[in-house]
Amino acid sequence: MTFDYAPAPESRSVVDLAPSYGLFIDGEFTEGAGGGLRKTVSPATEEVLAEYTQGTADDVDRAVGAARKAFEKWSALPGAERAKYLFRIARIIQERSRELAVLETLDNGKPIRESRDADLPLVAAHFFYHAGWADKLGHAGFGPDPKPLGVAGQIIPWNFPLLMLAWKVAPALACGNTVVLKPAETTPLSALFFADICRQAGLPKGVVNIVTGDGSTGAALAGHPGIDKVAFTGSTEVGKAIARTVAGTDKKLTLELGGKAANIVFDDAPLDQAVEGIVNGIFFNQGHVCCAGSRLLVQESVQDELLDALKRRMATLRVGDPLDKNTDIGAINSAEQLARITELADAGEAEGAERWSPACELPGSGYWFAPTLFTGVTQAHRVAREEIFGPVLSVLTFRTPQEAVAKANNTPYGLSAGIWTEKSSRMLWMASKLRAGVIWSNTFNKFDPASPFGGYKESGFGREGGRHGLEAYLDV
Amino acid sequence: MSDRLSVLKTYKLYVGGKFPRSESGRVYEVTDTEGGWLANAPLASRKDARDAVVAARKAFGGWSGATAYNRGQILYRVAEMLQGRREQFAAEVAAAEGVSPAAAAAQVDAAVDRWVWYAGWSDKVAQIAGSANPVAGPYFNLSSPEPTGVVAVLAPQESSFLGLVSVLAPVIVTGNTAVVVAAERAPLPALSLAEVLATSDLPGGVVNLLSGRTAELAAPLAAHQDVNALDLTGAGAELATELETAAADNLKRVLRPRAADWTADPGTERLLAFLETKTVWHPMGV
Repeated sequence: MTFDYAPAPESRSVVDLAPSYGLFIDGEFTEGAGGGLRKTVSPATEEVLAEYTQGTADDVDRAVGAARKAFEKWSALPGAERAKYLFRIARIIQERSRELAVLETLDNGKPIRESRDADLPLVAAHFFYHAGWADKLGHAGFGPDPKPLGVAGQIIPWNFPLLMLAWKVAPALACGNTVVLKPAETTPLSALFFADICRQAGLPKGVVNIVTGDGSTGAALAGHPGIDKVAFTGSTEVGKAIARTVAGTDKKLTLELGGKAANIVFDDAPLDQAVEGIVNGIFFNQGHVCCAGSRLLVQESVQDELLDALKRRMATLRVGDPLDKNTDIGAINSAEQLARITELADAGEAEGAERWSPACELPGSGYWFAPTLFTGVTQAHRVAREEIFGPVLSVLTFRTPQEAVAKANNTPYGLSAGIWTEKSSRMLWMASKLRAGVIWSNTFNKFDPASPFGGYKESGFGREGGRHGLEAYLDV
Repeated sequence: MSDRLSVLKTYKLYVGGKFPRSESGRVYEVTDTEGGWLANAPLASRKDARDAVVAARKAFGGWSGATAYNRGQILYRVAEMLQGRREQFAAEVAAAEGVSPAAAAAQVDAAVDRWVWYAGWSDKVAQIAGSANPVAGPYFNLSSPEPTGVVAVLAPQESSFLGLVSVLAPVIVTGNTAVVVAAERAPLPALSLAEVLATSDLPGGVVNLLSGRTAELAAPLAAHQDVNALDLTGAGAELATELETAAADNLKRVLRPRAADWTADPGTERLLAFLETKTVWHPMGV
């Protein structure tokens, strides 16, 4: 007997999209100086959702000016008052979470199950957590009266648009800074809706400014002489360019960049749980995750058993309409990203790795990529070295814990790693040897506002979340 | 006594626990502040800098893996060894910096105390820089600091010994290994410190000391793909910008130069500047 899923679409009617959006500067939506508009599409259907403004250097300048003006009063507010604004924002996000989840899924292509159950709860939690810090900064270990930096320029990626906004805006505001935020080119909408939440919360004008646009808008922001801080989440390549831009200035910099995480499975691991962790590690959010467990390192003795179970599990993944509540894997965010994933997967085959995907029917329009597994991968293959940022898993093997550590660390990245073993002494030994900022042991892709997140080596520097994350927005 | 000819010291580099000359065979004249000849110091080359990085990387696993108690005792041992050579260093600092014997001795005393201060941090820094994180779920979640790796340090130019100790000790106490470029015009106290380090149970390669032209040595260090962090204290503004730009190539952690009073309480800034935070999650359940 087989069970079929009936369609279970989430209603789009909760989202009221305007045909066109301006820039949110000094508390109101205004037209951009250049007059240019861009379109944002639903990656699942290629339908145009709305137009938005291509911010120019002049727009950035105006936003920085508004943020600078607002900084004086905002930073002088008692922490307890700043806290209350952030608590308000957290509550309004909770109230509007269904609307925001549907919006995020429309603009990004991620399954509604994830935007509803992962992104939005974490967004609200992030504001709630940081709200409580605003009047307790003197207890955070950065001196008795740590000061804010000033105006923060924040540039965020398209994989978790609203969550990355929360990671940036919440600590910045809690510490008394004002911000100019540049959302990603393909996912500007949830940030523009957040502007309305700021309005509802009564946030003073100019404390949060949102300037949409492409990479040139981001470059204008990072290079603007009037900001005191640059926070960037995105590719390592752009992160390095920003680091060069900031060199020799007084701007404080934090970077959260790419990764090529090893997910390491020992022969004593609970294999069913490990399979769930592997699937979550690489197929969560279509693999558009900087900390994705994109290299599976499996101990040779359980390789066959594990891969059989993994393939069985992958065959049950449902790829399709992101708004369907039963969908596991949604749309690839953009045609450009799809091309990159396709190119790397083709290189995997060309270099001699064995490619496997479950039989799965992909929709006719939109951007899609089937969950994919590569076996017979060596450390020299591109699919083992380069960040694919898609639903593609490379499988390598090891015999000893020492070999697992050497292979796991054999990458310029160092964002995250996973360890699956029932032996706790081995887990702790492995955790101490892996050069990565977040280690998930017998779990994967867990996030919490109280837990610092960030990388070693070329995965960037600085932490987001927890007490550690405050340092990025304080003059210490 | 007065007609006895004293024995001069041949100053050498300190790399991988050994005292080599520069592979280039070059030396430069080091003078006192009046221009009087003090010694010939090795004029280290780019190759010497790269060799030092190799030595520092080789030493990193052992040093970062040593217990904090062990590292603390070794730093304390450095203070002990330095105390025993107080007069030698006071004379070298006085000659190098043109200060009075009393002022030079005070600097050496402060440097000894600085080693002692940092020695005590080895097994405490994780307690102030780490945290147990109350995540919303059944997980054990712990953040702890770990050393960044190989740190290239441009020692301050104006404080040849106290400044040097003040930038070096916080780098290594947490488990990093260091390649240090000594003050260009006054490298002798730094090169003599190597003799102290070599007799303090500090494993070879944990500290590597180079003398020479700061700009010449800093360039390959800033661009080196196996250096994890860069302390620009001894670089002028223009050089610092150049080096920070080069350091972006592999995203080195960069400590920018800023005015410092080396006699003041150092605080924890330098200690925390070269640490990574590692967060480990583990489920809880029966």
